[in-house]
Amino acid sequence: MLPTDLALQEAVTNRSGERVVNDFSLQVATVNGSGSQTANLVLLRSIFQMGVPVSGKNMFPSNIAGLPTWFTIRANKHGYVARKKEVDFLVAMNPETAREDVLTLESGAACVYDEPLKLSALRNDLTFYPVPFDKLVAPVCPDAKLRRLVRNMIYDGVLAKLLDIDMGQMEKALTKQLGKKAKAVTLNMAALQAGWDFTEKNLPKQDPFRVETMNKTGGMILVEGNAAAAIGCMMAGVTVVAWYPITPSSSLVETLITYMRKHRMDKETGKATFAIVQAEDEIASLGMVLGAAWAGARAMTSTAGPGISLMSEFTGLGHYAEVPAVVFDVQRVGPSTGLPTRTAQGDLLSTALLSHGDTRHPLLFPSSAEESYLMAMEAFDLAEHLQTPVFVMMDLDLGMNTWMSNPFTYPDKPIDRGKLLDEATLKRIGEWGRYKDVDGDGIAYRTIPGDGMPAYFARGSGHNARAAYSERADDYVNNLDRLARKFDTARKCMPKPIVDLNPQARIGFVGFGTSHWAITESRDQLRNETGVETSYLRLKAYPFSTELTDFIDRHDRVYVIEQNRDGQAAGLMRLEFKPEHISKIRSVLHYNGLPIDARSISDDVLAQEGHDVARHTKLPEEASGSAGVGGE
Amino acid sequence: MTMTAPPPGKKLNRIGLELQAYRGSKTTLCAGCGHNSISERIIDAFYEMGVDQRRVIKLSGIGCSSKSPAYFLSGSHGFNAVHGRMPSVGTGAMLANQKLIAIGVSGDGDTGAIGIGQFVHLMRRNLPIIYIIEDNGCYGLTKGQFSPTADLGSKLKNGVLNDLPPIDTCALAIQLGATFVARSFSGDKKQLLSLLKAALAHRGTVMLDVLSPCVTFNDHEGSTKSYSYVKDHDEPVNEVSFVPSFEDIAVDYEPGSTQEVTLHDGSKLYLKKLEEMYDPTDKLSAMRRLLETSRRGEFATGLIYIEPDRDDFMTLLNLIDEPLATLPLSKVRPPKAALDEIMESLR
Repeated sequence: MLPTDLALQEAVTNRSGERVVNDFSLQVATVNGSGSQTANLVLLRSIFQMGVPVSGKNMFPSNIAGLPTWFTIRANKHGYVARKKEVDFLVAMNPETAREDVLTLESGAACVYDEPLKLSALRNDLTFYPVPFDKLVAPVCPDAKLRRLVRNMIYDGVLAKLLDIDMGQMEKALTKQLGKKAKAVTLNMAALQAGWDFTEKNLPKQDPFRVETMNKTGGMILVEGNAAAAIGCMMAGVTVVAWYPITPSSSLVETLITYMRKHRMDKETGKATFAIVQAEDEIASLGMVLGAAWAGARAMTSTAGPGISLMSEFTGLGHYAEVPAVVFDVQRVGPSTGLPTRTAQGDLLSTALLSHGDTRHPLLFPSSAEESYLMAMEAFDLAEHLQTPVFVMMDLDLGMNTWMSNPFTYPDKPIDRGKLLDEATLKRIGEWGRYKDVDGDGIAYRTIPGDGMPAYFARGSGHNARAAYSERADDYVNNLDRLARKFDTARKCMPKPIVDLNPQARIGFVGFGTSHWAITESRDQLRNETGVETSYLRLKAYPFSTELTDFIDRHDRVYVIEQNRDGQAAGLMRLEFKPEHISKIRSVLHYNGLPIDARSISDDVLAQEGHDVARHTKLPEEASGSAGVGGE
Repeated sequence: MTMTAPPPGKKLNRIGLELQAYRGSKTTLCAGCGHNSISERIIDAFYEMGVDQRRVIKLSGIGCSSKSPAYFLSGSHGFNAVHGRMPSVGTGAMLANQKLIAIGVSGDGDTGAIGIGQFVHLMRRNLPIIYIIEDNGCYGLTKGQFSPTADLGSKLKNGVLNDLPPIDTCALAIQLGATFVARSFSGDKKQLLSLLKAALAHRGTVMLDVLSPCVTFNDHEGSTKSYSYVKDHDEPVNEVSFVPSFEDIAVDYEPGSTQEVTLHDGSKLYLKKLEEMYDPTDKLSAMRRLLETSRRGEFATGLIYIEPDRDDFMTLLNLIDEPLATLPLSKVRPPKAALDEIMESLR
């Protein structure tokens, strides 16, 4: 350590007596392509193995190598797994961003950095730990070509010592991460140990952050939302998958391919009970899905916003020809280049109303890995039950980040293949028409090619109840009215919202998807810090059901919290709700590409409620502008 | 299937059906439209081959051509897709149930313009499908604009000349991997019927470009897709005879005069050589012939290229024999042990 570092460190309030246990956010700033992912996941997994609730979020560029990337690990004894706005512990490995990374830290934070970066001169209210990574890596990794990759493991060792992470757990996590590559394990273990030894000798503990063993993760798994959804698709009995690579959805189908090759090869013949095709684009992906589902397969595709845009026309055809389809939308920010690797909930409005000519589509909003698994299965049942495309609205945060989860339970229900015409049904209903509403729920009986039942010609909106081509006004109106009836049936069979009514609350929160985790934490913040009580309704699906309007009725004001600029879910509510409900709706909006955090919600709500708050960041003008501050 | 005795004089096919059973609803295309002749030949071919319509799917995109699947095989399921995107719908349907027989009808705009991407990739996959382009060099349903197969210098009714080179869909299909590539003319009943029957006996992608004059918008002097122009410039590369596997017919021919091709289902194609050097199993010779003919302003018709033995898309995907669409739950939902194993790997 340089003498200047020591001098500066003495200026820092010595907080070593204070202990902050299992409650911090640690950020590793590296360059992408430098192999930091292994080190980061080993760190995450070690803390998880120690029974401490943890989450890992990767903020990465749309690039293969050489640009800044940040991996954030949050450990929290209360189980808060949303992104924490403040970084408590920084590992600064990237010369390009180190200065800004350090300057934006909250006072009192700690920083491990690569010694040549000389960061300790920048602030005197932080704890600095300089580590000569290049000097440490050389003796443990004789092969110079591998040093770049192994180097990152050293900070894991440093952190293990500084944070009190059990080295046994580190080794276990490393072995899990690297699998059977024994040489790699040995090499990385040596780097880990070098970091630990150096810290023991040279870096006395100065910061308050510590990890202590708990028992809050027993039996749980660590999984990415995309993998969870893939497992759900496999268990749902998916048979045809067509897709086109796109961030952040690719890993959903790629994981599915791995699992299907392992678990879905026919035992007797060794042949595949599925077809997965990488299509030429997203248009073809959905075309294949519609063709397959029309011919009776359980079919799906997975994409992101740009793909959804391309699927617009086919989605309308699926809606009007009434073909089941499951479409995963792992949402990210806008079109073309920009922030394809950052998260958002920005496709709600466009997906709910995708295509032209009076189209509305059911949406599902998983908020966790477990729900990604369950809703994947549910989506197939709903698509076939309702004979229409169903969209599973995930996002990058859910799909690509690492989440703790309860293990998934094996499905105990058979699958619902919907109304398929058979001899008995034909006898019962007498005359069959493909689009004839026999049961009054807007859903007609369908036949599939090759099933021996009567044939029909599937086409767009211009058909009568017998599927014959028609341009008659009354046929068109009848068809549209029946489809509206079907959408009301959907309203009843989509999963119901989860409602937590607080009798003391005058304001209610409405949220969905990954916002859930920040919302839960924000409610605690509001109660504990300012005594503001809230109720909470978590949407699991669109179309909305009466639970939502009942919830609005019970509160003075309802904050719809979402990760987009324009309040898209609130917009969908405004499309169908009465003025007395609409007038109570406020928006809390988060759209900077990072996962939403509790502090931003709390500050925004307090500001809109007329509380005097010290704002941590400037609020989006839209959000503060739309608020009837102080109530009606 | 009705097995009641037919009225005397009605001819039944090998599954006991008369021709009438293969018809569709009444055509709404213009009187004299080439597309109607093609629908008639499709009806003849499926009848003569004794195809069970319940196993057939009819697919199309958008345009006059794409309306025509309603006019044949009323006993088959049909799917009128969006403009230019029929290949993907057909691909999905065949993945769902590879026992089906897929016939797709497209047009030159539906294929060559808006649908060129899907067309190209369909050809690459060798999906079992009969893909027909009803090719009139113009957009009929929007009243006569040029399409990408319009020939250089061809003239619209209002005198506008086409100044862009045409897309040769046969050349594209051969280059990209289609295994049965043919061109015909709606006015050549015999050739078209033989090719359609052979198409039914082939396993893989059949790309059949049928010149089919638009009598309303592209049948005038100066058009290279008019009935009379095509008739005068039709240059068959071979004379196609087809003998289905279920007929025991011996064909005699002078050695060297005819090329014999055995198709996937055992049926035989006899291709009488009209030019000594032409070999439809040789890509290079096929491509050369297409280029030479078009340079002369003529249309090479007949079986241009065939590769009867290449694996189809389902074989490449190693698909189970039974249709994926109707596999029982026990085959498509892994047992609890599989999920447990996955959970354990994530702990």
